[in-house]
Amino acid sequence: MTDSRPDEGVIAEGVRITLDNGDDIVEGVSLRVQPGQALGLVGESGSGKTTTALALLGYTAPGVSVSEGRIDIAGEEMTGRSERTMRKLRGRVISYVPQDPATSLNPAQRIGSGLRVMLATHREGASGSDIEGRIRQVLEDVHLPTDKEFLGRFPHQLSGGQQQRVTIGNAVSCEPPIVVLDEPTTGLDVVTQARVIEAVDRLRREHGLGLVYVSHDLAVVSQVADRVAVMYAGRIVEEGPTESVLGEPRHPYTRGLIDAIPDPHTTRRLRGIPGISVGVGERPEGCSFAPRCSLAIDACRAAMPTLDEVAVGHGVRCIRWKEVGALATDTAPIPPRHLEGEPLLTVEDLCIGYGSGRQAKQVVHEVKVELQRGECVALIGESGSGKTTTARCIAGLHAQASGSVTFDGEVLPKRAQDRTRDARRRIQYIFQNPYDSLNPRHNVHDQIMRPIRILLGLRGAEAEKRFEDLLDRVRLPRQIGKRFPTELSGGERQRVAIARALAPEPEVLICDEITSALDVSVQAAVLELLEELREELGLAMLFITHDLGVVSSIADRGVVLQHGRICETAPIRDLLDRPTADYTRELLGAAPRLLRRPGDESEPAHLGAELPR
Amino acid sequence: MKERFKFLRLASGKIGFGLFLFAIFVAFVGPLLAPHSPNESVGLPLAGPSGGDLLGTDDLGRDVLSRVLHGGSSVVLLAFIATVIAYAVGLLVGLIAGYRRGLTDPVLMRGVDVMLSLPPLLFLLVLVTATGTSTATLVIGVAIVQAPGIARLVRTVTLEASVRGYVEAAIARGEKTSAILRREILPNIVPSLLADAGLRFTFSVLLIAAANFLAIGLQPPSSDWGLMISLNRKYISLNPWSVAAPAIMIICLTVGINLMGDAIGRTMGRSRAAGWSR
Repeated sequence: MTDSRPDEGVIAEGVRITLDNGDDIVEGVSLRVQPGQALGLVGESGSGKTTTALALLGYTAPGVSVSEGRIDIAGEEMTGRSERTMRKLRGRVISYVPQDPATSLNPAQRIGSGLRVMLATHREGASGSDIEGRIRQVLEDVHLPTDKEFLGRFPHQLSGGQQQRVTIGNAVSCEPPIVVLDEPTTGLDVVTQARVIEAVDRLRREHGLGLVYVSHDLAVVSQVADRVAVMYAGRIVEEGPTESVLGEPRHPYTRGLIDAIPDPHTTRRLRGIPGISVGVGERPEGCSFAPRCSLAIDACRAAMPTLDEVAVGHGVRCIRWKEVGALATDTAPIPPRHLEGEPLLTVEDLCIGYGSGRQAKQVVHEVKVELQRGECVALIGESGSGKTTTARCIAGLHAQASGSVTFDGEVLPKRAQDRTRDARRRIQYIFQNPYDSLNPRHNVHDQIMRPIRILLGLRGAEAEKRFEDLLDRVRLPRQIGKRFPTELSGGERQRVAIARALAPEPEVLICDEITSALDVSVQAAVLELLEELREELGLAMLFITHDLGVVSSIADRGVVLQHGRICETAPIRDLLDRPTADYTRELLGAAPRLLRRPGDESEPAHLGAELPR
Repeated sequence: MKERFKFLRLASGKIGFGLFLFAIFVAFVGPLLAPHSPNESVGLPLAGPSGGDLLGTDDLGRDVLSRVLHGGSSVVLLAFIATVIAYAVGLLVGLIAGYRRGLTDPVLMRGVDVMLSLPPLLFLLVLVTATGTSTATLVIGVAIVQAPGIARLVRTVTLEASVRGYVEAAIARGEKTSAILRREILPNIVPSLLADAGLRFTFSVLLIAAANFLAIGLQPPSSDWGLMISLNRKYISLNPWSVAAPAIMIICLTVGINLMGDAIGRTMGRSRAAGWSR
């Protein structure tokens, strides 16, 4: 670590960020980041991590303001200054890498001119050749081509990973001592994610950049950060060196988050954190986490604990931190199941195309999948691998295909509308994005009742009874029926979507990346629910995902797709522990794991030796 | 429903609603308040405003105030009916073209393009020449002029809405096309259409007023705002109010509806967008 002057990095002291109506969004947050260091700011949706990160840039959303505390970046005060001054400081002392590069890069601006504008704004008096030289250097730093052709491209001509490296290049172009990265790899493939993380880490090592890395993904944070601050309900609940916080968590919330992280190399059941996160303005007296905490005692509810140092540089906001270590983690591996008999669903030689005439393009080639009753098969691949297209074809949502889908001995027509009502009832599809799959104009009751009426043919009291049973099954309160999707959290929405899929008593459930839009603890709870449903109802599941950790905790078999072709099909433990295809190995190598950097010596022995590179 | 009246929180919503209420009040309650019958001669022709006749008289000595109070219901009602008919047709065509795509979409849309290329007033003139002036011709003519533009807009917003997950979920459970359009797509495109409906209604009002002005719509002696402007414009220097009063009423109606439609579209759009982002 570099020895540095106190005025070089981030110094935030007791920051409180308040809504105009007086509710606190963030309270008592203190952070320190030196150049060359990386701080991981982690927490779930609504924890206040993004609000805090933006406040470091002197930005607050309309109706929100920093009401207490002070933030200094490289000796410059970032609070209470004019917008004009702030604009000069942003980019020069601190810069920002937003979550979604596709929307943050100006689609009408070429890569080169974007960088040129940035440099010209902050480097007054720099000559043209200075600027061109710096552009080349920046692009090299983030491992992008520097030729004229590349500089002349528009953002849509780049891949997602390249786009994100361009935004990182933009952020570091004026050599600020501190960069804030807000979920920079969420939405990227594991392999691309690994490359972006590598680029960021190199900038820190070689140029002594200070990083504030905001993420909900503890595994990713553990690869870049040397210190971690865990936020819950607007406060830092645990803060310290990464190894110490993530290796020996002392706060029950941190512990819960870690237990919720799926890992490709263990088959333990995941556990979600019970309850839901408290929103702004509804925080309870005392410790905000107490209502969800298994260790909570009366003293927890009486007063908010202070952030106390429990080990060197390791602070915890919990009065019972000594007990947290003793909390048992469910490490019992799930025994593999043996399923035999006729397959319920057989997909054979499925070839799928898009478009017609000259634009016709085949995206899936000769895919074969078999699914037994009660079995969970994972369809694994990166975006563009054809996994969702395959699933949509099975559900009858994409008809431009050859090959056959056989269900319970009968070949299914390609289009859902040509299938019998019974076939449509027995195969149900759950969509990736619960924000999109529920109609915002109908309440929960109407959305779930629709398949009960149409596919099950139930009416009146019988239908209402079924509706109530379904809510109980997915553990949603009855009153939720009157609410609209916009009034629900992401996890609640996905439960509603699951209830809707379960409504007509299906036998096959197709789950398309159904947890990728959810926080880890919510993801764990949803996976727990699916597992339970499968056991109780004997459901067969086709689980589409790019996340090998999730696969490990839920699937019996895995099918790996690359560019629309199957490259490996195997029982899940064989697939994850002894992969035979190079591509599977590459995916495994890139999957972020808690406290294990890709390519570390600490990889499990049976895998480390086989890793390429 | 609190949600419905959220647009009143915006200044443009308040002003628009006020103007609209005023115009509707004049159009429908006005006839009850008018001091005279619209066709009764009450004094000297083209007298200026005086104690007895607040807005003076027209060329036949009829009370302008009474004629303004009587002259709103026809234009408001006819424009409303024409807009509703135009929306019924445009909605159907747009929803089908946007949702079915395939061959249906280009076939329907090229037809729409042909219709859009006709100049509205010329079309009305030809229609009236062919069938003679009648209220029904006027309403249907205005509806035909309006429908293609509506179909285009509806198609565009339907295209966007029909790739949503909830539409696919409905397809997967085998819903009929009509049910998908009605239950899944229509409720979600309403915010965009509401803002447009205001504009369309305004255009219907103006088109009817213009038709009346050109004497291809309502015929004298009807008291109608558009017709009044047409008949009295020759005497504008003698009694300016005989033209200004009906013109102001048309302005109140059209500007009011537009501000209101805009405010409704904005507030609905906002709550929807907020729902999607979190």
